[in-house]
Amino acid sequence: MSAPTHPSTHAEVRERGSGEQRRIPVRRRDRGSDGAGFSALHHAVLTLWALLVILPLLWTVYTSFKTSREILTDPFGLPEHMQWENYSRAWQEAKIGEYFLNTLIVVGAGLVAVMLLGAMCAYVLARFQFPGNRAIYYGMVAGLTFPIFLAVVPLFFVLKNMGLLDGRMGLVGVILSYVAFALPFTVFFLHSFFSGLPDEISEAAAIDGAGDFRTFFQVMLPMAKPGLVSVAIFNFLGMWNQYLLPLVLNTERDNYVLAQGLVNLQAQQGYKVDWGGMFASVVITVIPVLIVYVIFQRQLQGGVGPSTDK
Amino acid sequence: MTASGVDVGERETAAATRGVARRRRRVPTPQRMLFFLVFLGIPLAVYLMFVVSPFAQSFYYSLTNWSGLSPSMEFIGLANYQRIFDDPVFWKSLRNNLALLIALPTITIVLAFALAVMVTIGGSTHGGVRGVRGAGFYRVVSFFPYAIPAVITGILFNFIYHPGGGLLNGFLNLLLTPVNAVLGIVGAEPMQDVGTAWLGDQRFALAAVGFAIIWTFVGFYMVLFVAGIKSIPQEVLEAARIDGSGRFRTSVQIVAPMVRDNISTALVYMGIFALDAFTFVSVMTPNGGTDNSTKVVSLHLYQTAFRDGRFGEASAMGVMMAVVTMLVAVVVIGLGRSKKEKR
Repeated sequence: MSAPTHPSTHAEVRERGSGEQRRIPVRRRDRGSDGAGFSALHHAVLTLWALLVILPLLWTVYTSFKTSREILTDPFGLPEHMQWENYSRAWQEAKIGEYFLNTLIVVGAGLVAVMLLGAMCAYVLARFQFPGNRAIYYGMVAGLTFPIFLAVVPLFFVLKNMGLLDGRMGLVGVILSYVAFALPFTVFFLHSFFSGLPDEISEAAAIDGAGDFRTFFQVMLPMAKPGLVSVAIFNFLGMWNQYLLPLVLNTERDNYVLAQGLVNLQAQQGYKVDWGGMFASVVITVIPVLIVYVIFQRQLQGGVGPSTDK
Repeated sequence: MTASGVDVGERETAAATRGVARRRRRVPTPQRMLFFLVFLGIPLAVYLMFVVSPFAQSFYYSLTNWSGLSPSMEFIGLANYQRIFDDPVFWKSLRNNLALLIALPTITIVLAFALAVMVTIGGSTHGGVRGVRGAGFYRVVSFFPYAIPAVITGILFNFIYHPGGGLLNGFLNLLLTPVNAVLGIVGAEPMQDVGTAWLGDQRFALAAVGFAIIWTFVGFYMVLFVAGIKSIPQEVLEAARIDGSGRFRTSVQIVAPMVRDNISTALVYMGIFALDAFTFVSVMTPNGGTDNSTKVVSLHLYQTAFRDGRFGEASAMGVMMAVVTMLVAVVVIGLGRSKKEKR
């Protein structure tokens, strides 16, 4: 880290983010005496919150290696023997593996579809003037405030009448509804992104003879990549999180997604709970998402989130 | 080729060019029509079919006595709404929703804002304005809960609140051990082990569910606020400090107004969430808790529709909640806007 070695001006010290800079001796300020105390307090608060987040997760992980009896008699004790069987039981008997696959299919297909459709729609609304443009845009964005639970009942019958809830087709119905309910957020966010891209680029593409389709797929889409990635992360989390839609629409046991499978597992077992297996199932479900998040968390630093700017 | 042939050809091209020019102004080319049809048509069709039409239908169903099973239904006007007004469980559920509506956004956003301030401008007062050391670590870790599916969080907290082997009671009992040791020395009665069923006890259940929700969302809004705070020019924060404003005052009087948009977005989202809360409540207390102590309208609606087979009545509940939700959104956005205009 190349921190400035001589803090001659304020401006040089100002750069953020590097821990090393703190050690640079800067003249003590008059009010400086409160600094250390406050910093310690801030660290204490932040550490407390971090522990509040991490400890339950750590506890879950090591508990997943204990027998059900150990879990109930000694909630804090470490496992006597590592119960790897918990994991094989969760994967096979509790069918977590199957649910995992279903979830991957639903979230994967839904994510690709909503990003494609959302980008297409946002692009047209952001870059072409035509009568009804604003009406369509606001109609879409209004969808952000619709509570899903109001729509699930009729939605169930819409899909049923189309034959999209029977057997393996059930997954198609679920995917379509995931896509439909993720569209407002996707269009809302990508709209501001596409309207921010410079006009010259699309004009240049048009002059070079690229049609509308080609301009979109080969020029505009690659340029919008940072925006697409962050929206995709939020959509991924949203879809992975979804519970009400599958609960109502996804009624075939073979089609269950992880969320349903786990709740079912918990409810079904009643008093003979296989605690070890439950904890193992939870770990299997949580770890992949956390890994994906840690890999992509840099994308979120720029600060993406629903914004009211537009 | 004769000279006249060339002539005709030229004239034709000229006419064609004019034609294209004219058409571009009035009627789009076939290629562009196709482009619009595909790019706007498909997403709109999906949205209309699976979002707008179900919503429209539920308004109609709310005026019928449809059971959901039989195809027959009668139009019964506002009778469903009448029934809901007389339904004590609905009012209890709504009250729980309103309690969440007041508590969740307030606590979550205050906590998220405080943490965001600490990691961005809470650092040492020596040198430039910056966050505490290890800010990145805190930020990444705080976001973890949001990356965990809500259902899992619910199950996780079921474990934590479990009266026997749960983390919370285990922790409280751990704290009791030294207390009891002291009491033993003094000769007093030792305190009993904590065996509270946090989710089963009416007094704690809703707060216990609420805590799980707060735990989930604080990190998310923290990330949102951090982004907002980072877009504030350094000069502003430094000027405040030079003028003698402490960190608390800076964050309340300078930072908060400058990230007002983010805060109002967070309020709307958290408010909408508090009016739903279905996932957490239904996972942690599947039947709405002892004496409906944690029941929320969405869960009541779900049970009315799918357990009791009264889709008409359930739709009416949905419509009422949709109205409440929109009202909340409009009020919060309106408040944010009027303040902005005053500035």
